[in-house]
Amino acid sequence: MPIDTDTARKVAKLARIRVEETDLAALAQDLSGIIGFMEQLNEVDVTGVEPMTSVTPMRLARRNDVVTDGNIQAAVLANAPDAREGFFAVPKVVE
Amino acid sequence: MLDVTYSPPKPKVIAGARQDWELVIGMEIHAQVASNAKLFSGASTQFGAEPNSNVAFVDAAMPGMLPVINEFCVELAVRTGLGLKAAINLRSAFDRKNYFYPDLPQGYQISQLYHPIVGEGEVLVELAPGVARLVRIERIHLEQDAGKSIHDMDPTQSFVDFNRTGVALMEIVSRPDIRSAEEATAYVTKLRQILRYLGTCDGNMQNGNLRADVNVSVCPPGQYEKFQATQDFSHLGTRCEIKNMNSMRFMTQAIDYEARRQIAILEDGGTITQETRLYDPDKGETRSMRSKEEAHDYRYFPDPDLLPLEIEQAWVDDIRASMPELPDAKKARFMSGFGLTDYDANVLTADLESAGFFEAVAQGRDGKQAANWVINELFGRLNKEGLTIADTPLSAAQLGGVLDLIAAGTISGKMAKDLFDILWTEGGDPAEVAAARGMQQVTDTGAIEAALDALIAANPDQVAKAQQNAKLAGWFTGQVLKATGGKANPAVVNAMVAAKLGL
Amino acid sequence: MTEANALTIAAARDALRKGELSAVDLTMACLTAMDAGDGLNAFVHKTPEIALDQARAADARRGADAPDLNGIPLGIKDLFCTKGVPSQAASNILRGFRPEYESTVTAKLFDAGAVMLGKLNMDEFAMGSSNESSCYGPAVNPWKSDDRELTPGGSSGGSAAAVAADLCLAATGTDTGGSIRQPAAFTGIVGIKPTYGRVSRWGIVAFASSLDQAGPMTKTVRDAAIMLGAMAGHDAKDSTSADLAVPDFEAALTGDIRGKKIGIPREYRMDGMPAAIDKLWADGCAMLKDAGAEIVDISLPHTKYALPTYYVIAPAEASSNLARYDGVRYGHRAKLAQGDGITEMYEKTRAEGFGAEVQRRVMIGTYVLSAGFYDAYYNRARKVRALIKRDFEQAFAAGVDAILTPATPSAAFGLGEMANASPVEMYLNDVFTVTVNLAGLPGIAVPVGLDADGLPLGLQLIGRPWDEAGLLNHAYVLERAAGFVSKPAKWW
Repeated sequence: MPIDTDTARKVAKLARIRVEETDLAALAQDLSGIIGFMEQLNEVDVTGVEPMTSVTPMRLARRNDVVTDGNIQAAVLANAPDAREGFFAVPKVVE
Repeated sequence: MLDVTYSPPKPKVIAGARQDWELVIGMEIHAQVASNAKLFSGASTQFGAEPNSNVAFVDAAMPGMLPVINEFCVELAVRTGLGLKAAINLRSAFDRKNYFYPDLPQGYQISQLYHPIVGEGEVLVELAPGVARLVRIERIHLEQDAGKSIHDMDPTQSFVDFNRTGVALMEIVSRPDIRSAEEATAYVTKLRQILRYLGTCDGNMQNGNLRADVNVSVCPPGQYEKFQATQDFSHLGTRCEIKNMNSMRFMTQAIDYEARRQIAILEDGGTITQETRLYDPDKGETRSMRSKEEAHDYRYFPDPDLLPLEIEQAWVDDIRASMPELPDAKKARFMSGFGLTDYDANVLTADLESAGFFEAVAQGRDGKQAANWVINELFGRLNKEGLTIADTPLSAAQLGGVLDLIAAGTISGKMAKDLFDILWTEGGDPAEVAAARGMQQVTDTGAIEAALDALIAANPDQVAKAQQNAKLAGWFTGQVLKATGGKANPAVVNAMVAAKLGL
Repeated sequence: MTEANALTIAAARDALRKGELSAVDLTMACLTAMDAGDGLNAFVHKTPEIALDQARAADARRGADAPDLNGIPLGIKDLFCTKGVPSQAASNILRGFRPEYESTVTAKLFDAGAVMLGKLNMDEFAMGSSNESSCYGPAVNPWKSDDRELTPGGSSGGSAAAVAADLCLAATGTDTGGSIRQPAAFTGIVGIKPTYGRVSRWGIVAFASSLDQAGPMTKTVRDAAIMLGAMAGHDAKDSTSADLAVPDFEAALTGDIRGKKIGIPREYRMDGMPAAIDKLWADGCAMLKDAGAEIVDISLPHTKYALPTYYVIAPAEASSNLARYDGVRYGHRAKLAQGDGITEMYEKTRAEGFGAEVQRRVMIGTYVLSAGFYDAYYNRARKVRALIKRDFEQAFAAGVDAILTPATPSAAFGLGEMANASPVEMYLNDVFTVTVNLAGLPGIAVPVGLDADGLPLGLQLIGRPWDEAGLLNHAYVLERAAGFVSKPAKWW
């Protein structure tokens, strides 16, 4: 199904990537081409096939309930664009 | 075990301007799992730490970091499921719920949409003796908590703390079986009680360890019955979700406000928009959440960093074998085993510490008397002093000792209360303290007889009155007790008064 | 005598052990070659101080008991987080990011005595087949057939260029849809993608979690065996890491594949495949047959659907994996205008920080996971993926030991030549390699010959799950039979 500019705008919004209004048509065309390529999958008979959950089946590893990490505030904040008083600062959020 | 049968309560009817309405409520309770470390990292879950100190690189979603599940969190989710008589799914899986928010560092929350670890269960919510709502549980899943955004530290910035990020939550989803604000708070209270019995969540609402999202809708009488018969939601009204309630009082206010708001809209000919709302306790209103306004599309998909969670039936059986006695069973046992009233049994099973204290006092003694002393004297005193059962200065053994002295006739009820006070403030062994303080009833009939004879001789008028009206004989008993400094055994005095006056 | 930087790992190891060479001298030779190789744009962050410190430590540790990689200078793909060293996945969104932690793979390599020369160029977030999506500009293939600069392939293009040009002895790569094997083939070196779960993903910037695997890119199959041995192993920090013992891969290189069954999948014979590739494949068959293997035709019927499957699953996972690049905790944050709020911060940061191909894939992934399309695309792709894996399982169940295919549909192409191609045309580069990632299998690219223009061509061998040892041995036989010894003429 071809992607129109409205859908492209919605997808860009969901992905939180700013796309200028003038670029939406080109984006829509780009995405349509790729989606069109994927349409081949409709040819495959997948009746009764379970979707793959893990490519190499194994038992999910578990950790014990022991505190082994944390207390590294400086390291956690070291790369922050804006850290203040031990917090990450971001433009004000309205709930 | 007592086989108690309950009848469901009548739904609350709200009179609108034009017609009657009923409430329909479903709840999603987020209960913090009582683990030391987070669900997918080794950072601590402790409340109140310095900002961003209980944070591992995984929690801060640093590039290349990967989750590894905490097995104890799984165990506690299973334990909770068993406690709610729910089906345990031996195979569950984790999905990513994708959305952007500053306190969600990964850009997704790891949750369990498609295959939760716990399936259908139930909670019996008692509302009055013999009246209870059976609330069906749809599912319980494990998920990560988000961090905390602080909006009032700076005029233009929000400050973000990831200490809570990644802490394990159980989301306990109920069916829309709750029909009033009172039932809603009773449901949360009961759930909290069960979780605390199980030890799977500490239930501390102030710290946010138990929070409720409340889905509220209204419908005309009769519609709910149609829904129950078909499970078809179209019979019900459009619901609004009130997020993040962590106080019973506010929850009550929010539900009542929201019901009135919806009724007003509907009676005005309007329609309800399905949305997420926040309760503002200062204004006593709910309002639409701006951040949730835009249509959500969470793009759930299985987390490729994790494999499906497969657990063994034998492990579930082990957990089941170690289950504690739960509130309903304990209450029934207290009623049948100790002869308690419904009310007393409720009070004494409200939490494990109280129940344990009571049982220690009641063991081998008169259960009803033990219940009276625990509820009236102990709880009364604790309450007065702002203490909890965990802080009690008086042990169960001490209170038991007091009751033993009463039972043996050594001290009177009045003396027992004095002894209770002394033990409360000064401690000590009840028998020794009573002896040291000369707290002993006079059962020596000679001393009582002498006192009574003197009274009779000095008060012929009173004798005549009492002989005409037996009820007035109590005057003599009271005077004897007074004369003996309260130490005379009232039962002995009564008997002697009756004999001497020929009553 | 060969310059020290041109040595193989095996030769350098032996020279170091015998004391014929010091790790410092070897490292100095590589640092010199690295600086002289700036024209290849392979190294994007150089770490000479770290390298010399590590080399001195290696010299102090030198001896017969020293691990195989003691004192061996390596290049590290920019996708690996290396403590205190820029690690930005060739993306502007991670500009200036210096991790406070070391990836499991690099930690293991360093524990084994390896020396890090610097970080290597790649396609942004490993999304690309030509290294042209890098924020550093493309790495350049040391091979040339004329005046044009050629792509070293991608995404591990910097790794391939650096190894082929002898700027280092070997390099780490990662492979999500062919990102080790395609650049290896384009540059005449060896690259192996191990079985999914063999090598820890912890500390490697994620592209598509269910497909990503790290592996070595080396000058020889023996070097690949040595280096994989050091990279592999169970990691409790990666839930998808297999708790399996790591065999001695080098010891498995017996050169004896008599009686082994080699499958030739008929679906890999594409329409319009260049004659040189066809011939190379036939030559490879003959070499293995001469070595005593039995060649059998096999069918992998769902091969045709591997690319569309891959281009649903990989972008879907990527769209979620890359959500964390939001300007809050690390990396780039856009300058905001008056009145901009959190949403503008996200949107501007990600528009500025992500390049065009990454943006495209994130949006495709967002689309295929969005409400109403999940079943049609993502879930269907997961089902087809199961069928693709089943194709391989059936082939192996029928007794096939390894599968031989071309590694790429062509030799290296010119930088910029695909600029006007559609994204889908670019994706066709991965046509022979993505099946292996989708099925979680080990695959290796081995240089086998040159095309008419003198550019290297490689073949791919695909092995059974966890049988990297057997796979390497087959590759070893192919390598010896092909006798590929060509080196690019130094022009840089």
